[in-house]
Parts: sequence; structure tokens; C-alpha cells
Amino acid sequence: MSAPTPTKTPAGSPAGENGTPGGSGGSGRPLKYRPSGAGKASTVGRPHAAWALPGVLFFAFFAVVPLGLAFYLSFTSWDGLGDPKLVGLDNWQKMFDDDRMVQSLWLTVLLTVVSWVFQTVISVLLGVWAAGRQRNRAVLSAIFFVPFLLSSTAIALLFYSLLDPNFGVIQKNILGSSNGAFLAIVFVGAWQFIPFHTLLYQGGARQIPEVLYQAASIDGAGRYRQFYSVTLPQLRNTMTTSTVLMVVGTLTYFETVLILTKGGPGTDTAILPYLMYEAGFKSYDFGYASAIASFLVVIATGLSLILVRLTGFGRMRSTREGM
Amino acid sequence: MESINGRSNGGQPTGGGASGGADGGTSGGATGALSSRTFSRRWILGAGATTLLTTGLTACGSSDGAGGGSSTLTAFVYGDDAVKVQQAAVDRFNKSAVAKSTKGKVKLERIPGAEYPAKLRTAMGSPSAPDIFYNWGGGSIKAYQDAKQLVDLTDTIEGDPILKSGFLPSVLAAGGLGGRQYGIPMRGMQPVILFYNKSVFTEHKLQPPTTWAELQDINAKLKAAKITPFALGGADIWPELMWLEYLVDRIGGPQVFAKIQEGDASGWGDPAVLKAAETVKELIDDGVFGSKFSSVSYTNGGAPAVFAKGKAAMHLMGSWEYSTQLGKFPDFAKKNLGWCAFPTVEGGTGDVRNVVGNPTNYWSINARAKNKDAAVAFLKDCASERYAKALVANGDVPTTAGAAKLLDASPNPEFAKFQYEMVERAPAFTLSWDQAVGSTVSTPMLTEINKLFVGKSSPSDFVSALKELK
Repeated sequence: MSAPTPTKTPAGSPAGENGTPGGSGGSGRPLKYRPSGAGKASTVGRPHAAWALPGVLFFAFFAVVPLGLAFYLSFTSWDGLGDPKLVGLDNWQKMFDDDRMVQSLWLTVLLTVVSWVFQTVISVLLGVWAAGRQRNRAVLSAIFFVPFLLSSTAIALLFYSLLDPNFGVIQKNILGSSNGAFLAIVFVGAWQFIPFHTLLYQGGARQIPEVLYQAASIDGAGRYRQFYSVTLPQLRNTMTTSTVLMVVGTLTYFETVLILTKGGPGTDTAILPYLMYEAGFKSYDFGYASAIASFLVVIATGLSLILVRLTGFGRMRSTREGM
Repeated sequence: MESINGRSNGGQPTGGGASGGADGGTSGGATGALSSRTFSRRWILGAGATTLLTTGLTACGSSDGAGGGSSTLTAFVYGDDAVKVQQAAVDRFNKSAVAKSTKGKVKLERIPGAEYPAKLRTAMGSPSAPDIFYNWGGGSIKAYQDAKQLVDLTDTIEGDPILKSGFLPSVLAAGGLGGRQYGIPMRGMQPVILFYNKSVFTEHKLQPPTTWAELQDINAKLKAAKITPFALGGADIWPELMWLEYLVDRIGGPQVFAKIQEGDASGWGDPAVLKAAETVKELIDDGVFGSKFSSVSYTNGGAPAVFAKGKAAMHLMGSWEYSTQLGKFPDFAKKNLGWCAFPTVEGGTGDVRNVVGNPTNYWSINARAKNKDAAVAFLKDCASERYAKALVANGDVPTTAGAAKLLDASPNPEFAKFQYEMVERAPAFTLSWDQAVGSTVSTPMLTEINKLFVGKSSPSDFVSALKELK
């Protein structure tokens, strides 16, 4: 049930789910590094464990507790009135038997993959370009960043008007056709989040030591060869971070679907988070909605862990080993 | 339920409250739990549910309300322009002698449109439930009745001559559940009407249709003139629902849906439902709604604009279409907006006088309300002529029995009288399907209807999918 929380910004979500970037870094480390001796050592050492308390409490109350409750609710039948009734695995059973669930899962995977490809390609290119020190690039990068500052609801409403079949800019039946609606969601999501990922890649690209390019150019590498052989490998860790954020963000992508298509036409854009919303706040079947939510949490956490493991990101190996 | 929303939240799709709500819901629940220090099991679950919640923030946060035992009654109302009628009634009641004798005062809480049903549901599951609340009758209150949260008003109405004969019987009946009454009509009637563009009709020498054959003839002539016969806000789905509601009624009569409304899903297997679905498919394949209807919306003003600008000649819509047009295209609403009943369908058994739509809205009383006497006294005012006059002045058509003589004062007496007579003479008033059945059925039902309209399922797939709904 914590799934809706990340929908707001994908940036905030993974911190809660796998503790990688940003967020509540204070939760574990101070405990570990607490000086064993009392007295003077503590005045020069790391902050006291108590410093982590606000963060830990906040996280527990707003993430761990609701998550646990959602998991509990997924084993109950509850319409929001009265007491939830325990029904065992009924909701989970129903979820795996539901035809809409199969379609929804497929759509979610498709949306994640297509969005990842689309956003990553553009973000890497833009980010590497923006890493240059020229003034015009700085100005343009600032402008490119603007979409990320807008709320997703505002963006979705904006595109909803632009895509109106009679009074919009493109007067075609885009949102009313299955492929059109799906691609519109991919596009609007990309429009909103590419600036953020561009920023990540820009930062990543600026970290690449100049000497690598100098060495490459002595070896006779041209501009494109330098990009493939120096820039891309050096951006490996950035790409992992960005990918985890994108994947988890897309898995919990919701407002845009609600506003642009309401899951339609038919059920052709009803991705998992939308299905969860519909079960919870249209049908008032909170048990089933919680089962979908729990399932989403499991998938998102699992995928993040797999990505981190596969890319070696978890070992925190530097891209500059041996330099 | 959203068919009502279309009336007043023009331009505001339902997503308005969706984005910030996730966090807000959490904090609302949590602070409530902290401040009241009651970590009962249900309460904690309530807090958990609010994390899923995208609306309804204050419901859990405040601690006054039904359980408080105070003499102030909280009334939740759908917060559109028409609230001023209820606000005036509240002010009047609070000053009245009845309020003093029953020691009760009413406080109106306006809930912004689209979020109303979800907010009401959350509040009703919490300790801060309203004592009196606005609803659509029928399926919209079924869950509350199942949870024994409603005051049965049947005997109150029977025992009170003003309430008993005060409202149109079809309206009173449409809001009930299993023959019992749980609500008092408190707003104007909202029947679904076939609107047409008079200037387009005059230009092409057309008459409003009374039979299906006439309608098809009109459609053919309009298409030849490159005009889309009907505007349809397919993106909202509920305008599509209206077509099926009328077609099923005209083909098989009101008892077809009445059976479904009683909870018998096999009722979807009635041949009238299949015939209606096939008729819808013919209309779509014929291009009667144009080629882009599936992305046209009513709530953002798309479909009304297409209709007002003459790009489409007709529009099947709730009576609020008039006030929508009056707001956006006043010239069109005053001069060129025509209206008539939905035509008969050849071979069908339904009476042409039958009406579908939202009979009205109702006030219901929470069973946990401490001061039920005051609540009932407040509700009785809805049957008064004073209240009906205020509705008329607001452009609404009251559902009270004696409202006919008040309608001359309406901003548009002609339209008001047409509506009133239509409803008064209707042998049956079928409540909008999405309001008549419970939310667990209505949500998938709307999805199936949309699939039928966008061609994702055939009429026979449609029927078999609906038969599975429980």
C-alpha cells in the first residue's frame, strides 16, 4: 500500500524500497559507526544514533506501518465500512485468475520497457551534451529541466487538452485508440522525466576525468569512438541509478493514466497501479486493491534488487578502478 | 455517479485530487491516530486504508462528528453551485423553532464534486462520519445499508402526510432499496433527454424523431450532409451508458434492468440487452457518433462544444446539458437547443414515456446520528414549497408533487415544464445503472460498456462478460 506514495515522484521512491540513493541515509550507518568508547570519542566521531531517530520514525510510520497494514488487508475482504473480514488467500487467488490482471501485467512490463528505452536513449544523449561547459548549453539545460518542476497532474491535464480530438493541437483520435493512448502515456511520462534523468547523466558525464578523453584521442579515437569506449562505460553506475528510478517510477505510474485515458480505451492502458486504484476507489474493494499493491511492492523491490545485483552496482565498484 | 459530476465540474476531470493525495491521506490518518490516542484495530486499519486513498483527507483527521454526541449535525453535500439552496435551508433550519425544540443545529460540509463518493466512503468508515449525507439513492447507498449505517425512513414518510404525498412517487421509489426508503429527495430531477440542434434540424428540414426508423432516416440525411448525427463524450464512459439504458428500456421495458438491479446477474442474459448492444454496434459502425468519439469527453466541455457548434446535430444527455450550454454557449442554449423524448424502437415493449437518468439526489441519515429528531426535522423542509421555490430559482426542477405551478418562475419555464411532465407521466424512472447497482458491479460494468463502444468486445462477448458480474 505504500505503492501510491512513490507515484508522486519516482525520485523519492527507491530510497524507501531498497535504500540506494538519496533519502534516509541516516537510518543504518550511524549505528554501525558509533564509537565504542564513551566520552571524548563521541565528540569527534559520527553523530549519535539518536540523530537517525526522526528519519527512522518518519519512515516507519509513513512507509513500514502502512506497508504492513496493506499486506494484512490483502488477506481480508473490506469495503471501507465496518471491520475487515479475514478471507485467507482469496484476493491473491483472484488476482492470479483475473484476466485483466494478465493484461495489466503485460501492459505494465511493456510500458516499463518502452519508457526505459525511450527515456534512456534521449537522457544519455542530452545529458552528455549538457555536460559541456559552454554557456548556451547551461542555459538550454536549465530550460530542459522545466517540465520536471511541474506537477504530473498539471502536465497530464495540459497534454489532455493538447490531444483533444476536436479542439486540441493534434485533432486525431489518439487517446481513443489503443496504440495511440499507450504511446501518449509513454510520451507524456518521458516528457516529464527525461529532464531529471538528463540531469543525472549530466552529473555523471562531468565526473569523467578529462585524461581519459586525452588518452583516447592520443590513441586515435574520434568523437563517436570516445563516446562508446569512454563515456558510456564510465556512466555505468549512473545508468544503474537512473534505470532503477525509471523502472520503479514506471511501475507506480498513475496520475497520467488516470487523467489521460482512465485505463481506456476499454482496458488497454490499465496498468497495475491504475487497476489498484480502480479496485480500491471505484469498487471499494480494499482487500483486492491491497493485494495488487502488495504485489506491486514485491515486483518493484525484486526488480530493483535484480538490477542492482546484475549490474554490480551493489558492490559499489568504481568505474575508475585501476586508474 | 459521474453523470452528476458532469453537471457542475465542467473542465475538471476526475483526476484533480489524485496527485498529492497519497501523502496527504497518510498524514491525515496518522495525525488523527496520534491526537486521539485511540489505536483501536479498526482505526489503525482506517489509517492504513488512507495511504491508498487519493482523496478524503480531513475525514480521519478531525474528531468531531457523529460519535461526538454534540448537538450539531454534520451534513455532507456535493459541492457544486446548487449548494446555495441547501445552505439557505440550513440557515433557515438553524433559526427555526424546530431546531430549538429538538436542540439540533446543522452544519453543511461541501465536498468538491468528483471526490464526493470516495470521501463519503472513507468518512463513513471512520469515527467522523457525517450525520446526514447527500447521495444518489439505490446502489450508491447499498453498502451503507448493508453495514446498517442508514436510518430507515419508510415509516417516517408513511406517517407524515407532507412527506408521503409531497414527492413524485416514481422519484421516491427510485431512491429506495428493496422497497424501503432511506432518502428524502433534495435536489432537482435529472432525466436523460434527447437534445437536438434546432438550426441544424431546420436547415436540413428535419423533425425530432419519435421512432427508431425516423431516427435512422435523420442519421442518414445528416451523414449525407457531412454532419455527425450524435455528439458522444465516450472518454467519460457514462454518456455511453445512457444509450444502453434507453435502448434496453425501449426494447425490453424497465423490468429487464429492474431484475439486474435486484442483484440477479442472469438478467443481463435478457435478449433485450443483446439487442441493445447490437443496436449500439450498428450505430457505431454506421458512424453515427463520428470516428473520434472514444477520445471526446463531456466533462472537459468537448462534447457540448461539438454539439453547440453544429458539428454534431443531437446529443443524448442528462438535463444538466441545458445549464452546461447556458454557461458555455448561452446563445445556443437560449435559441437553438431543442429537446424531445428518446424514440420508440420497433418491436420493443418499452413505453415511450419511460425515463432513465438520475431521478434526483437524496439526503440520508446516518444510523449513528445522535439527534435523529433534529435530522428528520431538517429533512422535512425539503418537501416545503419554500424549498421547491429556491430550487426553481436556481434553474432546477423540483421533484415535489406540487412543483408544476411553481415552474413559471423558472429561468426557462418551457424546458422546466417539459422535464417535469416527462418525469411526472413516466410509468417508470430507471435510475442510472452505475448508481443503481453497487460499486463492485458498476466499475467493471462501465469498463465492459466502454469495451463494447470502442469495439474491443462484440455484443455477445459484452453480454457474457456482464453475466459474470457479481
